[in-house]
Amino acid sequence: MSSTALAPPKPLIPLPGGTTMRGVLWQAGLAIVVVLVGWSLYNNMLANMAARGLQFGFGFLNRSAGIPIGEHLIPYTPADTYQRALTVGLLNTLRVALLGVVLATILGILLGLARLSANPLLRGLTGGYIEVIRNTPLVLQLVFWHAIVLQLPSVRQALNPLPGLYLSQRGLKTPALMADTALFWAAVAVVVALLAWWLLLRRERARQEATGDRRPTWAPGLALLFGLPILAGYVIGAPTVEWPVLAGFNFRGGLTLSPEFFALLLGLVIYTSAFIAEIVRAGIQSVQRGQWEAARALGLAPGRIMRLVILPQALRVIIPPLTSQYLNLTKNSSLAVVIGYPDLVSVANTSINQTGQAVEVIAIFMAVYLIISLVTSLLMNTYNRAVALKER
Amino acid sequence: MKLTAFAAAAAAFLMFGPSQAMAGRDLDQIRARGQLLCGVQGPSNPGFGFPNAQGQWQGFNVEVCRSVAITIFGDPNRVQFVPVTTQSRFPALSSGEVDILSNNSTWTLTRDSNVNRFNFPAIVFYDGQSMMVPRRLNVTSARQLDGATVCVQPGTTTELNLADYFRQHNMRFTPVVVADLDELRRAYDSGRCDVFTNDFAALAAQRTLLSRPADHVILPERISKEPLGPVVRQGDEELTNIVAWTVFALIEAEELGITAANVEQIAGSSTNPIVRRFLGVEGNMGESINAARADYARQMIRTFGNYGEIYERWLGERTPLGLERGQNRTWLNGGLLYAPPAR
Repeated sequence: MSSTALAPPKPLIPLPGGTTMRGVLWQAGLAIVVVLVGWSLYNNMLANMAARGLQFGFGFLNRSAGIPIGEHLIPYTPADTYQRALTVGLLNTLRVALLGVVLATILGILLGLARLSANPLLRGLTGGYIEVIRNTPLVLQLVFWHAIVLQLPSVRQALNPLPGLYLSQRGLKTPALMADTALFWAAVAVVVALLAWWLLLRRERARQEATGDRRPTWAPGLALLFGLPILAGYVIGAPTVEWPVLAGFNFRGGLTLSPEFFALLLGLVIYTSAFIAEIVRAGIQSVQRGQWEAARALGLAPGRIMRLVILPQALRVIIPPLTSQYLNLTKNSSLAVVIGYPDLVSVANTSINQTGQAVEVIAIFMAVYLIISLVTSLLMNTYNRAVALKER
Repeated sequence: MKLTAFAAAAAAFLMFGPSQAMAGRDLDQIRARGQLLCGVQGPSNPGFGFPNAQGQWQGFNVEVCRSVAITIFGDPNRVQFVPVTTQSRFPALSSGEVDILSNNSTWTLTRDSNVNRFNFPAIVFYDGQSMMVPRRLNVTSARQLDGATVCVQPGTTTELNLADYFRQHNMRFTPVVVADLDELRRAYDSGRCDVFTNDFAALAAQRTLLSRPADHVILPERISKEPLGPVVRQGDEELTNIVAWTVFALIEAEELGITAANVEQIAGSSTNPIVRRFLGVEGNMGESINAARADYARQMIRTFGNYGEIYERWLGERTPLGLERGQNRTWLNGGLLYAPPAR
């Protein structure tokens, strides 16, 4: 290389102004191209729809859907509108995603800790689990879990581990609390008890700061948590419980967790927890050995070292990739179609089929997933800022 | 480098630019491609459409598509079969992923209208929705199914009729809705549902795949009318005509008593003007519907036989499905099949 190579390259197109001006021009050019491409795609869609005689519009949302949906968190009958059917699907998606995120996090942290255990058997088993789960496709796992769940006894030979609890191919049946005034006041009592426990905890913490002494709060806390609702039950009357009863083909009454929901939840939790375990392991290993040694030198017990010293520092490394896993879990829940859980995509697919409004319905569910993902990111980023290293 | 990126973006813009529409373009496209894209029920619908050990599609619906290929190209092999689910079939057809559906789709007003923009050129199979239950439940009528769990395919008339039927009789049911027919059948077979509902013929087909077919009965009620036939997009009358007159030719051949075995002999010796026109010995009927050859009907019957022969080969009483002809006899034998005169 000769020294002439160091001379600044001549611009391909002579543009006015200095570097800043050229930068702005390039940015503007790029923006125009993006807008033009978007506009042409939109026009292309309209032209193709017109060529096939399809009309763009959302009027179909108010038409009666006619499609039966097995699981719904809000009242739904086939006579309801497409809008309501899609809402039912959305709620089913949110239900499995929220529960999945919570359970996958708990299982993932436990697995991540087990992976770092001093016990070689536990370490090896966890390692094997993680590698098997991470390296097989989720769809196969879902079909597998679905097949397993369907091997449960038939509805007439349902397992009955506890009174009112029935486990069969038709899912898990539990007693349901009826929504009446007694239930409302019981719920109020629980909230009040939790609030009182929290206040108690705050007082003890302040006391510890002031005097170095701290009394445990769990005994009065638990007494409040169970005592208040029971007291409310005595004063106002106990909430009515609806017990599942085998009548005809199925159980009547009570709450149902369907096998499809269960298989989907199981598949998503197990799959995602393997990834979360690796993230947790990486996070913990990123904390320097010196922190462990210093904590041990202070005489802290192993559990408290993890909880008070290591995890808070590990969280900084853990949170950002954890957010991605939450987003993945939510989006992977759309694989529900394979095993027949009526999630948003499943209901949307049927709506497309019945109405022919493919572009509109796909636009709706893309927007919905986008919003769910953005909200998740927002919450996680806020949390991330809270645990991030603060440089003062 | 930046200039190349700009050029690429501009090229992309030109490629995705608005497309133009032409009259009769579906048939033009099929001819230009040299192949008919035929959507069949995937992964498998015994008797109607299923891949054999060599991966070749065969069955009743498959031979309907191959017959259409004979009319268009004079060659039954110029078809590519595309498996579609009940949920994906109509979007696949309206987006142009397939040219024709031959997968037991029911002719309804909404599908054949301004809403969905499809055409149903002809009916190839008259069916009705039925319910299958395990024998051990001791159910003898669909009216006893209050509270049952029902396995059903999404995006079908079956799904809608089911909701209507239970509503009409003030009964309750829990649907289990799975798009993949194999997965749905496994769910029923394992006991996830009390009832499996579908068109009668499709149920008979699915029953052959259960672990113990004899342990299941199909209830006597037919809760709906299900006229099944090939489907094309609206907007290409030439293709619609070709499909209609292909199906009519198969029916007409049975009406006239022409079979794969005797078609050549009849073509050579018949003096009946109707038969001579039909087999392309005289007249220009092939040209009128834009067929590849004047004797398209003769070639079709030589290859697959008439409607009755195709039916007996794949669905009839000597097949695992064991379906009676029933309504699917020609009108001459008391059935509903009736081909408009080919003249």
